[in-house]
Amino acid sequence: MASHATLKVLTANRLSDGRVVYLGETGWTVAIEEARLIATPDEASGAEAEGARAVADRMVVEPYLIDVETETGGILPASLRERIRARGPSTGHSRGAAA
Amino acid sequence: MYRYDEFDHAFVRDRVAQFRDQVARRLSGELTEEQFKPLRLMNGVYLQLHAYMLRIAIPYGTLSGRQMRKLAYIARTYDKGYGHFTTRQNLQFNWPRLEDLPDILAELAEVEMHAIQTSGNCIRNVTTDHFAGAAADEVDDPRPWAEIIRQWSSLHPEFSFLPRKFKVAVTGAARDRAAIRVHDIGLELRRGPGGGLGFRVFVGGGQGRTPMLAKEIRDFVPEQELLAYLEAIMRVYNRYGRRDNKYKARVKILVHERGLEEIREQVEAEFAELRGGALDVPVEAREAISAYFAPPSFEDLPRTSRILEEARLRDRDLALWVARNSHPHKQPGYVSVTISLKPIGGVPGDATADQMDKVAELAERFSFDEIRVSHEQNLILPHVRKDDLPALHAELKAVGLATPNAGFITDIIACPGLDYCALANARSIPVAQRLSERFADTRRQSEIGDLAIKISGCINACGHHHVGHIGILGVDRKGEEFYQITLGGAPGGENGGEDAAIGEIVGKGFSTDEVVDAVETIVDTYLKLRETPQESFLAAYRRLGKKPFQEALYGR
Ligand code: HEM
Ligand code: SF4
Repeated sequence: MASHATLKVLTANRLSDGRVVYLGETGWTVAIEEARLIATPDEASGAEAEGARAVADRMVVEPYLIDVETETGGILPASLRERIRARGPSTGHSRGAAA
Repeated sequence: MYRYDEFDHAFVRDRVAQFRDQVARRLSGELTEEQFKPLRLMNGVYLQLHAYMLRIAIPYGTLSGRQMRKLAYIARTYDKGYGHFTTRQNLQFNWPRLEDLPDILAELAEVEMHAIQTSGNCIRNVTTDHFAGAAADEVDDPRPWAEIIRQWSSLHPEFSFLPRKFKVAVTGAARDRAAIRVHDIGLELRRGPGGGLGFRVFVGGGQGRTPMLAKEIRDFVPEQELLAYLEAIMRVYNRYGRRDNKYKARVKILVHERGLEEIREQVEAEFAELRGGALDVPVEAREAISAYFAPPSFEDLPRTSRILEEARLRDRDLALWVARNSHPHKQPGYVSVTISLKPIGGVPGDATADQMDKVAELAERFSFDEIRVSHEQNLILPHVRKDDLPALHAELKAVGLATPNAGFITDIIACPGLDYCALANARSIPVAQRLSERFADTRRQSEIGDLAIKISGCINACGHHHVGHIGILGVDRKGEEFYQITLGGAPGGENGGEDAAIGEIVGKGFSTDEVVDAVETIVDTYLKLRETPQESFLAAYRRLGKKPFQEALYGR
């Protein structure tokens, strides 16, 4: 069985407003909880192909895969940068703007 | 204040129309991201972690009430109700939608503002002393020259594709408040041997990954020949500046690699060819620009204000605020006022739309409708009657803008860091907030005196950490945020920024949990070792060196 640390999701910024989005089961979503979990290299290339299509369709820019953890029940990005992207700034007037 | 002529209006309106078309073509798929990116950057639009970011130029940091109200309106209508003032006298909005950006730029054009030259490898928005036109120690107002440089540089075809970005700062006083020594070109307006005005010119400063102080390349260029001399520098840079490596493309590297002497000779050779030609600035042209910056109609007032003196005896808060946040003015009976955007625990440089509206109103009432943005991320009312200070203070206090901390340890510069910035290693803002809370006590701040903390979330140094008395740099250590501390940096000061210095790394970095304590240890060490309460942190550090601070921090 693959270890949890190798789980991934595909993320990008939405073209129209720049907001952080994730590839979900049926399309793009702003909620990381709804992201499609990617466990195998095949799934990863499938997701990347969908990402490339979404770029061509002018939905998103610069899609890329990130590592996530699921131990806590939800989907938690491995890196601090991606956690901040998922939740919004950690402080200030727009704190948690993405949550 | 400078007003657009027909040409400026047409130019800015054209750019908005062009950008509207470019956005439409991007959204319809005619342009790819690769094609669009350079176009949006030319209009100040970045893509950051969470959204697009718009950087708006505030030329020489000068704004009118009407312009500030427009910024408030944009913050409310198109963003999340606030804006972020930066170290380059710009304003950044963190959440605009791409679809709205053409409308935002059109709104800005209505009040003679834009986002041109806030990004890309061009001559950027020229910055200057935030007390320009007001400071008691000023030789002359540097803003007409900032404007002349803007006009010369913004349309110059040769300067649209430089090897790298290029930053110019101008000061009109011998005391440098514009950090001229950490700019590609720094200019100090001064009087020459014959009494005429001209410039002392420094070249090759900058921060980022290879911080360097600019060196004096010429001690005097007569004012009418300034553009010829600048163009001579730009020619030499354009010819020899490295385009092979983005990190080596700044003029500071050129000056460093070839040596000041060689660069000076080449610049002089170009200058000899250019001077006396089309680039000479005729007196009439200079006067026409200067007229826009004519001093407001000051009243003849006594030096001391009875109203103020009586009020400050009654009101301790007012007294402290006046002592810290007011600055000597050329005109008797007036001062310049710092409106601190560093409330305890706040985000350095942020202002809400309501606060912006209030500042606009107060500028109209108390400061001849003028506002300045300082590179320290504060706002300034440049021309306030001393008599009006009690009333102004009360108004500011009511909206949380009367923090009496200009130049104190809580007047922290911080870049957006990992909360917003796609290039960051670590967060800057929360560190600034925690430090501000730790040192919140005003009495303690007064005891510490002048102390500048500056924080950047990566080596690009947008938060000026290299020139912080205490500099804090965010680094990534195996996925964790770590902070490297530098000591003894300074952005400028007397005699053309002679005091400027790049801070020295004190030792190994600190974790998020440790960094605030580490700063406190440094401050306590200073308090213990200073010879008198008048010996500033910087002076004490220069006398003592880093050893006692290292011992206090690392127990050696
Ligand atoms: C949010 C997006 C930002 C990005 C992507 C960004 C990017 C950069 C980069 C790449 C450099 C290094 C340039 C070089 O060394 O050649 C730099 C330098 C600098 N930036 Fe930023 N920056 C951002 C925000 C800011 C902000 C908010 C400020 C003001 C608070 C600022 C002010 C500066 C300054 C003062 C420097 C150093 C001066 C120099 O060029 O030597 N930047 N920035
Ligand atoms: S210093 Fe680094 S982290 Fe901070 S704004 Fe500049 S590029 Fe971003």
